[in-house]
Amino acid sequence: MTDQAPAIELKGISKAFGPVQANKDISIRVMPGTIHGIIGENGAGKSTLMSILYGFYKADKGEIFISGRKTEIPDSQAAINAGIGMVFQHFKLVENFTVVENVILGAEDGAMLRPSIAKARKSLKSLAEEYELNVDPDALIEHLSVGHQQRVEILKALYRQADILILDEPTGVLTPAEADHLFRILDNLRNEGKTIILITHKLREIMEITDTVSVMRRGEMTATVKTAETSPEQLAELMVGRKVLLRVDKKPATPGDVVLSVENLKVTDDKGVDRLRGVSFDIRKGEILGIAGVAGNGQSELMEVLGGIAHGTGTITMNGRPVALSGRDSDGQARRRAGIAHVPEDRQREGLIMEYAAWENVVFGYHLDPKWQSGPLMKNAAIVDEAQGKMERFDVRPPNPKLSARNFSGGNQQKIVLAREIEQNPDLLLVGQPTRGVDIGAIEFIHQEIIRLRDQGAAVLLVSVELDEIMALSDRIAVMFDGKIMGVRDPAQTNERELGLLMAGIEGDPGDEAWKAVDRKLERKEAHEAREAGDA
Amino acid sequence: MQRMPAWADVVLIPLISLLLAAILSAIVILAIGESPVEAFALMVEGALMRSAGWGYTLYYATNFIFTGLAVAVAFHARMFNIGGEGQAMLGGLGVALVCLYIPWPHWSLALLGSSVGAALFGAAWAFIPAYLQAKRGSHIVITTIMFNFIAAALLNYVLVSLLKPVGAMDPASANFPPATHLPTFQDMFATAENPLFRGAPANVTFFIALAACLFVWLLIWRTRLGYEIRAQGFSESAARYAGISPARIIIISMLISGALAGMMGVNTAQGEAERLVLNSTEGAGFIGIAVALMGRNHPLGVLLAAILFGFLYQGGAELALWTNIPRELIVVIQALVILFTGALDNMVRMPLERMFMALNRKGA
Repeated sequence: MTDQAPAIELKGISKAFGPVQANKDISIRVMPGTIHGIIGENGAGKSTLMSILYGFYKADKGEIFISGRKTEIPDSQAAINAGIGMVFQHFKLVENFTVVENVILGAEDGAMLRPSIAKARKSLKSLAEEYELNVDPDALIEHLSVGHQQRVEILKALYRQADILILDEPTGVLTPAEADHLFRILDNLRNEGKTIILITHKLREIMEITDTVSVMRRGEMTATVKTAETSPEQLAELMVGRKVLLRVDKKPATPGDVVLSVENLKVTDDKGVDRLRGVSFDIRKGEILGIAGVAGNGQSELMEVLGGIAHGTGTITMNGRPVALSGRDSDGQARRRAGIAHVPEDRQREGLIMEYAAWENVVFGYHLDPKWQSGPLMKNAAIVDEAQGKMERFDVRPPNPKLSARNFSGGNQQKIVLAREIEQNPDLLLVGQPTRGVDIGAIEFIHQEIIRLRDQGAAVLLVSVELDEIMALSDRIAVMFDGKIMGVRDPAQTNERELGLLMAGIEGDPGDEAWKAVDRKLERKEAHEAREAGDA
Repeated sequence: MQRMPAWADVVLIPLISLLLAAILSAIVILAIGESPVEAFALMVEGALMRSAGWGYTLYYATNFIFTGLAVAVAFHARMFNIGGEGQAMLGGLGVALVCLYIPWPHWSLALLGSSVGAALFGAAWAFIPAYLQAKRGSHIVITTIMFNFIAAALLNYVLVSLLKPVGAMDPASANFPPATHLPTFQDMFATAENPLFRGAPANVTFFIALAACLFVWLLIWRTRLGYEIRAQGFSESAARYAGISPARIIIISMLISGALAGMMGVNTAQGEAERLVLNSTEGAGFIGIAVALMGRNHPLGVLLAAILFGFLYQGGAELALWTNIPRELIVVIQALVILFTGALDNMVRMPLERMFMALNRKGA
């Protein structure tokens, strides 16, 4: 067993894109029948490395060995032939095809479809039995839940005889229960001798499911360790290069008067689908209300209506005054006048104009403010100064207001948006996915700034798909599912298990299948933590 | 990180594109048996070497500046206004009505009045397509080009049935009263000893065009409206987030665009012909598109590109006069210029980028 060749070995892989060295001299060995995690900040080079493995890019230098044999991977077909299968973060599925049709797409056996489909059906059945990858072969992709769609992606890889599975950020779109099921599947695959590489930024997942983990930073592999011998703190430090505070330091909240009151808010999209089906809640001064839920359950529509981007019906009052939900005064400018600031979920599509310089973005949404005008012209020089100040206060790197927004990393872009919205001293801050695609160092900073705003007396509505973030920051948590609020909880008196069930639309009670599944996961986690505590 | 220095992006690429267009044109000229060097020399001599030549070059350039600015302004809102031709025609009508039916005491007042008339009529012609795009999503490209045809028909009707003096033969309006005569460059700069700009149509409107360049620059890059126009052009979703109304921006930018195109009418109707004739625009509306593309939608670029096209027009006229090279070839040369500087930009840009990056790496 000790002299087995690694399933995958990379030696000295380097890849540059123009002046950017995306991968520098990367060497990894992954043994067969193990789950290997690759963790790193955005821009660390993980995606580039996997793209090289899957044939999308060709490395400038270095070699790839599959099961001990040197292998060239000039395109994805070569990768598939080498037994590598990749499950992408953004699924590559044809929505109006069935599961079987998607599985055979590109791997058909000859010109006629019927024999291919028959063969695929048989294969799917045996794969389902072997690995618990249950999916209805004749279901249309667009009718499947995200968790089931992901199973189809895994089946595609297995159908093509993959021995090595690479999964890129697989749990971003799953509820905790679905993520648990995925890990059971990965467990089964590992036990059957498959090799799995898991790319993720979630430290908890690395600790839970992987056997070994590599940390990437700025294009280099900074460490490869056995998961059992490390800790989230150590991994975070390896990722960033300094000690990182993983807990949020937070004083208890002292909520004051009600700032925002929402009653029976309903939103129907332009296809006639009800996105918000009667949502009601209050937020008080000095309080953070966190909205938890898997993406697509109405949270985005909630933010859009409150931000003045979408129309809806119902009653909204801000500081006692009614807020128009349609017609003239229902746009983003009216909301800003009412004291609402908005950090949108999609900073590149909404929060920033990517082609504008940082200084132009610093007044985006507030460009009509008289303090930036001098007669018919805008006071560009004064705005540049303001931008310089904001960028320094929020540690935006590089602190150059004349650079266009496109040239900043995701975390720094987010900091520009936050600086702009927070320094408006709003009565209510709407903030959606504040740390999506943001490096772990900036995450710390952003969380601190949100808490600081709350301590200064603002009300904050926080929407995030990261349950950890919701639990760390919120003073109260409302869980949304299918356009409604399933329940409101105090973070100190709830846990991931309960929230996970609410997120899945289940107001469960002990004894449910769902409860059992989550229990099993918690048992594993508790056993693992006990082991750690024993070692410490 | 910058892929290549700014000067290369703004100056080197258009220059190389022009060079490529010139080389291809030379090949075409050779192919019909003429000498490209002689042809080029003739163009330069006829357009740039005599003051009268400049007089024609700058006259054409004035037209192209207005139509080029019109397209550029609309482009900043991500709208492809190809209705400059029709908007310019309507502008000319506005000029004619103002000059013929208001008794102006002095040309400067007449100029003020006709500018307002031209801008209003041009803007009005752009309003319906703008409204349809803003409120109904009707594509501006289709509506504006259709409105070009409608404008031509409308002008035809107006000139033949309404404005043509009784007893006249050509479909044109009456001559404008002499008080509305705009000083030409000859009027302004020629002296007894130095008879400059003899007979050339360049007139005081050229300076209005320069002022229009300054106005557009201030508008787009220094005002709130310009900020909102550019924002909407770059990202409508972000503009909506910021409370910028897409409909309002579409309509306002098209009105400004139509007004600029309409201003061309002052140059042609009042500055040169001193009456309104059929087809006074002669395709300048479409050249405006090329000028805006080549000038990268920036007023300075538009100015330079407009002068270049003025040179091509006047030089082309000289070629047609003095050689066997047909007028159509000038159109081919203009097309090559547009092709290389507008559409084939990347063909020059990518190798240049690679060259600069290689130089960077060697130096670093």
